Amino acid sequence: MIPFISTFVLSFFAYLFLTASQGEVLKLWSHYEIFAGIIIALIVAIFASQVLFQKRSYRLLNPYKWVLFLCYFFGPFLHALIKANIDVAYRVITGKINPGIVKISPQLKSDAAITMLANSITLTPGTLSVDIDEDNNDLYIHWINVTDLKPSIEDICGNFPEWVRRIAE
Amino acid sequence: MTILTIVLFLFLLIGIFFNGLGSVGLLRFPDVYTRLHATTKCTTFGSIFSSLSVIIFGFYFWKASGDAKFGVLALHTLVALICLIVTNPTGSHAIARAAHRSGVMPKRAVIDELKEANLK
Repeated sequence: MIPFISTFVLSFFAYLFLTASQGEVLKLWSHYEIFAGIIIALIVAIFASQVLFQKRSYRLLNPYKWVLFLCYFFGPFLHALIKANIDVAYRVITGKINPGIVKISPQLKSDAAITMLANSITLTPGTLSVDIDEDNNDLYIHWINVTDLKPSIEDICGNFPEWVRRIAE
Repeated sequence: MTILTIVLFLFLLIGIFFNGLGSVGLLRFPDVYTRLHATTKCTTFGSIFSSLSVIIFGFYFWKASGDAKFGVLALHTLVALICLIVTNPTGSHAIARAAHRSGVMPKRAVIDELKEANLK
């Protein structure tokens, strides 16, 4: 039942977001649009509720984690993204590279956490996640400026694994 | 020249600069992995700024004129921006993984642990 309700709410809000223009309800939607949205979201929820929560873990439904995610996104993540762009600008202009593929073991378990960490690593300075060992969730990282052949996790992505562990595990 | 125009042009310029930098990196770097570095990071950051410019434009004129089409523009650009931030690193990850599995090795690499690991 939880997957059905959360899929319904999610698709209904996505629908509202995309159709907001003019109308009687809050000056944004007409009654017909709301009615059609409920029916469409019900159909989507019937067919897609098995897709969204395949692993039967509902930790991401906690609103505290959403607040934490926004703090993470606008704090350390945006800071790292700005640094990454200055770093790439420097490397494009000077052409100084020393690339290699290294391995890190962040010891994360859930799929959502490892996805979030891999995406964060790709958007932070000098690193790009290439592949994953699905048995023990080791990440293989293409590092544009290798300074250490056996790097620690802090060298690659700072304290991101702790943030991701708090948000998604 | 109001402050709004200055902010909009500033954001557009930052966006164009970083998107252009991504294109220069695509031409300048030696192999697929380093090129992905340039394109992923720069296009994400550049598109955040050019989309922010559109979003500010849309919300401002929605407020000022009350015409709903500006609000629609802003909201849809926001959706596009969220999708872009999620899919851009995922897509580059897929390209890098496919490249490595089909035998494109990183040039000038000092270490390649993925080749040694021999994943299935």
